This record gives sequence, C-alpha cells and structure tokens, in this order.
Amino acid sequence: MDFDRPDADSPMPYPPLPQSPRRRSFLARGAVASLAAAGAPAVAAGADKLPPNVPPHIPQWMREPGAGFLQPPYGLPSPFEKAVVRKLPDQPAAFPTATRTPLQSLFGSTTPNGLFFERHHAGVPTIDPAQHRLMLHGLVERPLLLSMKDLLRFPAVSRSHFIECSGNSMAEFKAPGKGSVQDIHGLLSGAEWTGVRLADVLEEAGLLPSARWILAEGADAAAMTRSIPLAKALDDALLAYGQNGEMLRPEQGYPLRLLLPGYEGNMNIKWLRRLKVGDLPFQTREETAKYTDLMPDGSARQFTFLMGAKSVITTPSARQVLDGQGFREISGLAWSGHGRIARVEVSLDGGRRWQVAALDGPVQRRALTRFRFPWVWSGQEAILQSRAVDDAGNVQPTRAELVGRDGQNSVYHYNAIQSWKVASNGEVTNVHV
Amino acid sequence: MSTFKAIQALVLSGMAAWALAACAPTASTQRLGLGQAPSAEQVRAWDIDVRADGAGLPPGRGSVAQGEAIYRTRCLACHGDKGEKGTAPRLAGGQGTLASKAPVLTVGSYWPYATTLYDYIHRAMPLDSPQSLTPDEVYAVTAYTLHLNGILRTDAVLDAASLPKIAMPNRDGFRPVLK
Repeated sequence: MDFDRPDADSPMPYPPLPQSPRRRSFLARGAVASLAAAGAPAVAAGADKLPPNVPPHIPQWMREPGAGFLQPPYGLPSPFEKAVVRKLPDQPAAFPTATRTPLQSLFGSTTPNGLFFERHHAGVPTIDPAQHRLMLHGLVERPLLLSMKDLLRFPAVSRSHFIECSGNSMAEFKAPGKGSVQDIHGLLSGAEWTGVRLADVLEEAGLLPSARWILAEGADAAAMTRSIPLAKALDDALLAYGQNGEMLRPEQGYPLRLLLPGYEGNMNIKWLRRLKVGDLPFQTREETAKYTDLMPDGSARQFTFLMGAKSVITTPSARQVLDGQGFREISGLAWSGHGRIARVEVSLDGGRRWQVAALDGPVQRRALTRFRFPWVWSGQEAILQSRAVDDAGNVQPTRAELVGRDGQNSVYHYNAIQSWKVASNGEVTNVHV
Repeated sequence: MSTFKAIQALVLSGMAAWALAACAPTASTQRLGLGQAPSAEQVRAWDIDVRADGAGLPPGRGSVAQGEAIYRTRCLACHGDKGEKGTAPRLAGGQGTLASKAPVLTVGSYWPYATTLYDYIHRAMPLDSPQSLTPDEVYAVTAYTLHLNGILRTDAVLDAASLPKIAMPNRDGFRPVLK
C-alpha cells in the first residue's frame, strides 16, 4: 500500500463503463459552474491539474454502477494492493526455505491467511482430508486412529496466537540487514486458530503413568518431527484445523497442524499425522542438528522452546521515506512466548529516554499485540526503538545484551531491540546502536 | 566426570520429571468414544521413528563400502563429493570448529547421536524419494556418512546393535534448557 505515489502500473480494478453523452455534458457544466463559483484561488487555479477523481471532480467510479459480483467467488484484495504479498527468497532456493510476511503493510494483530509466513522442510504436500489420518499411540491405554471427521466432532476452541520462526531476524546477530522489516523480521505472523485441545484427545486415549514426551510427526516429505514435553501438551496445545475462520491453508498444514502457543515455529508440526507418547525426548534431527543454539564456548543449548519477549516498529520502518515533518503515529507489534505483553515502551533517541506506548486490546496470551505511539517529527535525525515487557517480567534485551549473552554463532532466538534510523531527509534505515 | 558432564547427567535424569512438571491433574471426564483403534499393521507401517537408545531400529545391516556405492547414486548430486562440497547441508568435516568464529556444523562435528542419522535418512532422504531406501541401504549410507567423518573404519558394518553404541564426537556438547 502506498497512497502517495501514483502507480502507473496499477490496473484499473474494473473496466470503465461507457458514459452517456447527456451525463457527460451535465458533468462538464457542473465543472464550469464550480470553477466560476470558486472563491478559493488555490483550488480554482489547480483544479484542471488535479487528478481526475479528486475534488472538485466527481470520481469516475461514481458516475456509473460498478461491476457485479467479482470473480473468483473467493474474494481477492484490491488490484491496487498487488505489492502486498509474501516475499520469496531473493535467489531461487535450491531447497525449500521460507516466505515472509509484509509486516509494514498490515494493520491490527491478525495476519491474513494468504500473507501468513511459510517455512517448510520438503515442500507443501497436497493432502486429501478424506484420507488424512492422525495416529495416536505409544504410552497410551487406547491407541487411536482419528479421521478429520472424528476430530471435527471433538469440542473445539478458537484462540489467537502468534507463530514466529526461531530463525526470524537471524542475520541481525552479525550485521544490520539492508532490507525492509518484512525481510528482517517477516518470519512472524498471528492468527485466530480453531481446533481441539490436545489434552482432550490425550484424555480420550488415556495416558500411561510413564508418559512424559510426545513425538509429533508431519505427513510432508520431510516427515518433520519434534519432541513435545507432556506439560505443554496438557497445558495449551491445540490440534488446529481452522485459521482465521476457515480451514488451514495448504502451506499452513492443511488439514491439521499442531499448535504450541509461544513455542518456536518449527515445533508447530504441520500436516500432523502421528503423535507417539514416550518417556524421553526422541532426539530427532530437528532438535539436535538443527534448532539448537550454538554458544560462543562451542556448547549448544537444546530444547529452547519459548520465543522471547520481542517487539518491532512496523510504521515507520526500513526502506520507507517520511514525506515531511509533522504528526504521524508510530505503530508496531509486540509478542512473547512467555505470556501476555504487559508494556511496550518507545524511544525516539536510540534508547536514552523511554515512553510508554498504547496497546490495542484485548491483550491476549502468546498473541501479537499492536502498540501505538503519537509522534511529531521535527525533521531532525531520530533513532526509533521499541521495547517489550511481558507479564512474566521478561524485558526485551538490547542487541549488545543479547550478543553478549549468546554470541554471534547462534542463528536462533534473536529477540533484541530493533533500531530504525530516520535521517533528516526522511529515509528510514536499519542500524545497530 | 567433569562438572559439566555431572550437571548434564543431572539435567538429563531430571528431564523426564520436568516434562511432567506443572501439569495440573485433569479432571476425569467421560470418554467421547471418537476414533478407531489402529490395527497392529497400521501402527507398524507408520511407527518409523528411531530413538537415541536405538529403540525403533529395524533388523538389517549395511557396510561402509555398500554405503559409498549408494551415496554415489542417491546422495552425491546434492551433498557433493565426500559430503563436503554440495548444495545441500554439509555432512562431513568441521570437527574442532564449534567455538571458532566460523563454526562448521556437520554430522561429525555437531550431531550428538548416530541413531538420528538412521531416523532422518529413512524418513526424509533422498529429498526426491523419502522412505524409499531399504533398512540395509539406510544402515549402509549411515555407515558411509560416519566413515566420511572419521568415526567408522573402511571395513565397518552397522546394524541395530552396533549403531546406538557409536560415540559421537559432540555427544556431550548439548545443554538442555527445557523452556
């Protein structure tokens, strides 16, 4: 979305209808009359140079009925929003990786399903829901084979939660990235999920006393697997089939995914086909060789599940240009795997002075939270930052604090404060301060 | 036993207890009676995971030499000669680099369990036809990958008994955080 710059490439959303000659002459008379009557020189002088659909002109789209019902019947965004899309890797990847959410173009705290970030490990499978099965076995009294019809009969819940890839913002460990907030932090999205409480399904199977961990396995070509601690499974885990009111999209795990609120993205196993209850973690490739955090001493942290308290200003953000001094609202997103966002603070001077931002409510647990802060830009250089604090007391660290603790060899769980430099010419860039 | 190893052993033994901590006992509810019991054959066919202690490893065996032949036809195109110069993640080398400024994470330098190789190769490799290798072939490719890392000799053969006993160089390199 860019309302300011006329985009010559933007298609007309609907084909213009032919105008009747009588109506056209009426419009011409109207224009002359309004010109003659205009007492305000600025308007009268510029009227013929203004775009044809702004006052005093009558917009073309008011002069005839619009199109009928649009096709296809599953509605699409306005053609003028064609630039608001997920971002594919810059170079065609040899192996499937990720697409990123356009955080700079979105409002509120819900990511539209077509813009929800993707990360998959062997492509997106096409799964016939009628043939999809979830097998639950291992340390249970009654192993279960559940169809989607079975799962849809369980009591359901809907809850809003974010998902963030544990590798989100990873390049910032090393150096400030040159891209937009989408490039830097776009492996983050939020949605309202609908599904069955995993605790209810485990109750149906009956856990044996030695049950401690659950292996979750996807039906993709990676047969993606992670070990889930039983405490999490019984706390707030969902077997989700719905996302923002409709069935999951294929790239989000259609027809069934595991949802572990606040846990790193890859553990929310998509295309879920099997849950095996065991007594120890299964030490899969994804929790040993990958998704472990290499520390400066050469040791690695393992089973770092929760995503830390984090926030980022999305407006304004890198690669945008402020079009003049004066009032504008600073806005962004805050989230924490530990719980609810308690407070977001904004700094205009690189972290010397902090002021409390307003939060859009209701603020939900382990969900994206929109914050807002009024700002009058004087035209001077500024360093904008935001800092999240969650209700467990976790404070988003500075980059220096994070790198001091975790070093620069880790690629996961980067949650440091983001700094955007606003230059006196209005250009916004990513800087490390 | 070093202090680090002692702490790690303590953490690992406490891991099972931790996983259940903070579970409120759920109120007993009536079963809903949904779903079916899978047959033994259905469970056997889908129960493909292999645990660190070797649980889940199938019968079969494969040698380094057999593995090299399979590697040349099924793996080399992506992983490169000797697992070092491909477009896919590097498999070999890197030992001793983990604390350096340019760590190289491979099976030999990083992976804590050899059994994970069997599990992963069977479930996800080759990328274009996962779950297509026979148990003998998976054991063989596992053996060859370990050989490329200097962990197995040229004449080694792997099976369900020997694979879990392999001491991986970075076996003690992980600290469970569990939160």
